Amino acid sequence: MLKKPFSLHLDVDAFIPATEEEKAYIVQMRPSTTFFKDGVKRLLKDKVATVSFIIIVLITLASIILPMVWPYSYDAMLGVSPGKPVDASFNNLAPFEYGRTELKRIEAGENVFPHIFGTDSAGRDYFIRVVYGARISLAVGFFASIIVLIIGMTIGSIAGYCGGKVDLFIMRIVDIIYSLPDMLMVILLSTVLNLVLSPLIEGTALARIGTNIISLFIVFALLYWVSMSRLIRGQILSLREQEYVLASVASGARGSWIIRKHLLPNCISVVIISTALQIPSAIFTESYLSFLGLGVNAPMPSLGSLASEALNGMQSYPHRLIIPAIVISLIVLSLNLFGDGLRDAFDPKLNA
Amino acid sequence: MSKTTAYIIKRLVLAILTVWVVVTVTFFVMHAVPGGPFLGEKAVTPEVLAALEAKYGLDKPLIEQYFTYLRDVFTRFDFGPSLKQRGQDVIDIIATGMKTSAKLGVIAAFSALAVGVVLGSVAALRRNRFIDKFIMVITTAFVSMPSFIMGSLLLIVFAVKLQLLPANGAAANGLILPIITLALYPTAYITRLTRSSMLDVLGQDYIRTAKAKGVSGMKIIFGHALKNSLIPVITYFGPMLAYIVTGSLVVERIFSVPGIGRAFVNSIINRDYPLIMGTTIILAALIVIMNLVSDILYKVVDPRINLE
Repeated sequence: MLKKPFSLHLDVDAFIPATEEEKAYIVQMRPSTTFFKDGVKRLLKDKVATVSFIIIVLITLASIILPMVWPYSYDAMLGVSPGKPVDASFNNLAPFEYGRTELKRIEAGENVFPHIFGTDSAGRDYFIRVVYGARISLAVGFFASIIVLIIGMTIGSIAGYCGGKVDLFIMRIVDIIYSLPDMLMVILLSTVLNLVLSPLIEGTALARIGTNIISLFIVFALLYWVSMSRLIRGQILSLREQEYVLASVASGARGSWIIRKHLLPNCISVVIISTALQIPSAIFTESYLSFLGLGVNAPMPSLGSLASEALNGMQSYPHRLIIPAIVISLIVLSLNLFGDGLRDAFDPKLNA
Repeated sequence: MSKTTAYIIKRLVLAILTVWVVVTVTFFVMHAVPGGPFLGEKAVTPEVLAALEAKYGLDKPLIEQYFTYLRDVFTRFDFGPSLKQRGQDVIDIIATGMKTSAKLGVIAAFSALAVGVVLGSVAALRRNRFIDKFIMVITTAFVSMPSFIMGSLLLIVFAVKLQLLPANGAAANGLILPIITLALYPTAYITRLTRSSMLDVLGQDYIRTAKAKGVSGMKIIFGHALKNSLIPVITYFGPMLAYIVTGSLVVERIFSVPGIGRAFVNSIINRDYPLIMGTTIILAALIVIMNLVSDILYKVVDPRINLE
């Protein structure tokens, strides 16, 4: 066909079906991957992080499921039964020992579920107390981190997005809270909050959780959001200058929309990583406070309060100290290692 | 005014502001406690209560009490008398406790520094060898173990089972176990810090140049690498002190060391408000000052560092 350079006629050759050879060029060598999938793949390659993750999942599942199926409960004193004098033979049992009435039942041919870790000084099954303590510690760590995440994210993104005077004001507050010695403030605030809160929540559902835990959450909400908000502000400051934000502004988007739809999703990996690393530090703080007697309310156990109680009978019953110690170290260690793995997998920039 | 001076002034202002915030928060938080400090006393008649409140100045308006307290604290280090230990001033109790605690803390800090730097350098120089991996595994474990657990385990092993060292911190040699307990975490942290910064320095051009000039291995390590790799360790001084201060609260409880940490924990249990306030403020000021010093030192040692 004769080629006419300025004609609007279509070039028919361009519509001939592609040959096999040409098709071969556009065959996908490898399926395209998303950011998330890529990160998970890198995470799975990291053996330490995978093992830590499995340990965390196992401990979490055990702490949720075991209290449901276990024949003893964490606050039942086995030697105490209504209408009878307290049977002291149940107190301070060594692992796999039985109380007097239980021995009789065994002689009668009954199957009695063993006290794997023995019992404590009040005759409570120690195994279930450790399991329950792990549950409390994990729950406190998790929820405290969520609180920190929400507050830190909100304030950090407002500071980063608004900039100017708002940013300056928020960052000065952050600077001051950041330089406060956190542990001392935590101790001070939880001491006082305990006293202030207990009459306020008496009789409500919150009373079951206990004033100590609530004050722990309040303290976290007041003090620990600062590093998270600093991090997010830094991210947002750099993201704010991107062209797609300008485009969004030009088409009339509101500030909250831009923060939610454009800025936050882009710093999500940083957020996830620092939340993951926040959990062990919250567990640490909780156990520290429990050890000083400012943690969960009795009879509820946490790993820290179990260790603290065991300190008195340490000469005779060292296992009661060692068991919660091992569990808490295992939880904190695996959460830390998993967090490190997450950071390496999802934020290769930080690795350098 | 140079940039460094401006930075130092800014940090100084922030530090003073922080101490002021601590004093203010402590004051108002403690006064928010319902019932006041004498509620725990048994059978206090209204007249006695009024007399007690007048004696401790608690009958004046809150804001007046606040300014009196602020003035006393900042001009005379006067935190008032202790409510539970009659006839003793808070500052005296703190000073007595501080003697033991300072010894404990300073020895722990310096041994952590010495051991940490040596282990970290060894790990860096023998990178990926057995010794490096061994050190890293051990330090990872120590970093993840809360100090109260570490202390309790040491107590079981060395004081109860082996009976090598006394379990009571007030006895002779009684401070050895508390010092080890306090020093383990900072040692592990400094080891990791030194290792990574030493590895960073060993990859620098000037190390290669020194090697190419034929400088001996020892001279490279001590003259070039170690000096520069210690800079990040300086920044850890402040946080280390904060750790030692808060760690000493539990460590002194475990080993019953008669120090400021135990005084603080006891003051919380006894609700001795002036003592709680005084200890919080003193310890907080100590931490803030150490943070300030370590940040300024960091800037002075390495002027290349951009602080903003």
